[in-house]
Amino acid sequence: MTSAAAAHPWRALDIRDRVGTLTPVEEDQRSSVTVAKEGDLLERLRAGDEGAFRALVETHHGTMIAVARRYVRTRAVAEEVAQEAWLAVIKGLDRFEVRSSLRTWILKIVVNTAIGRGGREARSVPFSSLGDEAEPAVDPDRFRPPGGAFAGHWNGYPGDWSSLPEDALLGRETLDVAKREIEELPDAQRVVITMRDIAGCSAEEVCDVLDISGGNQRVLLHRARSKLRAALERHLNG
Amino acid sequence: MAESRDHITCQELVEQVTDYLDGALSIEETELLEQHVNFCEGCDWYLDEMRRTIATGSRLREVHVPDKVLEPLLTEFKERHRS
Repeated sequence: MTSAAAAHPWRALDIRDRVGTLTPVEEDQRSSVTVAKEGDLLERLRAGDEGAFRALVETHHGTMIAVARRYVRTRAVAEEVAQEAWLAVIKGLDRFEVRSSLRTWILKIVVNTAIGRGGREARSVPFSSLGDEAEPAVDPDRFRPPGGAFAGHWNGYPGDWSSLPEDALLGRETLDVAKREIEELPDAQRVVITMRDIAGCSAEEVCDVLDISGGNQRVLLHRARSKLRAALERHLNG
Repeated sequence: MAESRDHITCQELVEQVTDYLDGALSIEETELLEQHVNFCEGCDWYLDEMRRTIATGSRLREVHVPDKVLEPLLTEFKERHRS
């Protein structure tokens, strides 16, 4: 493993601690709580606990639709796929072996259900076709032009969001802007940002469910997050 | 990296942020990025914006599922466990 974070965990973490809103410790707590809850949830589901099943649907339904949309043409068909996948989940719960997380298992059922639809509803655009066109994270005009002094450095700084009032970023209006922007993303970018940043999946889980490489996963996530940041910036500066 | 470099530009940094936050940069690339952020207020703010953008995503988790979706599933779930 060549990643700097693995070799020197503190390196990747200290800036995050300083500027981040979610520290690595909080992320760890979130994932361990999820794992503990999941074991408990599975037992309750197998015992026929309706509340547990309702919670399961409420937790994963949105992500399932986002995953299905990558494979079928319309949102309406994606909703049908999610519904069909739930029926398969209900039937398969007793057979589920805890080799993967419950969520990974459910999302793979969605992928298989969507692919199984085949024919006119299926799409054939592979994930690997990320597009050759450059999609810079930030408008190149925001940087000083090549050849001059300080080429590639900011022309004008981005905003200092830490100076905004607490509710500016977390208010309903801002969340609506974020939701609209994610909705408008290309399907492949939408599914990756939905899985990573909304559902809280790991990079490995995304690659596993969608059968894409780590590199492709990061390119899609990077493009999606960069567009979302830009949309939030327009909204907050506007 | 093809050759050893002693700095990156802001324009290069914004393209590395996702890899950085995922711990996917090499040790050398990580050092260059962090050195840059320590001296560049604009990129410090940019990194902060990205962290807050990610945090915004986690607030979009929807828990409401329409009854017309949920009810038939609950019925099926109950049927399955009655037998």
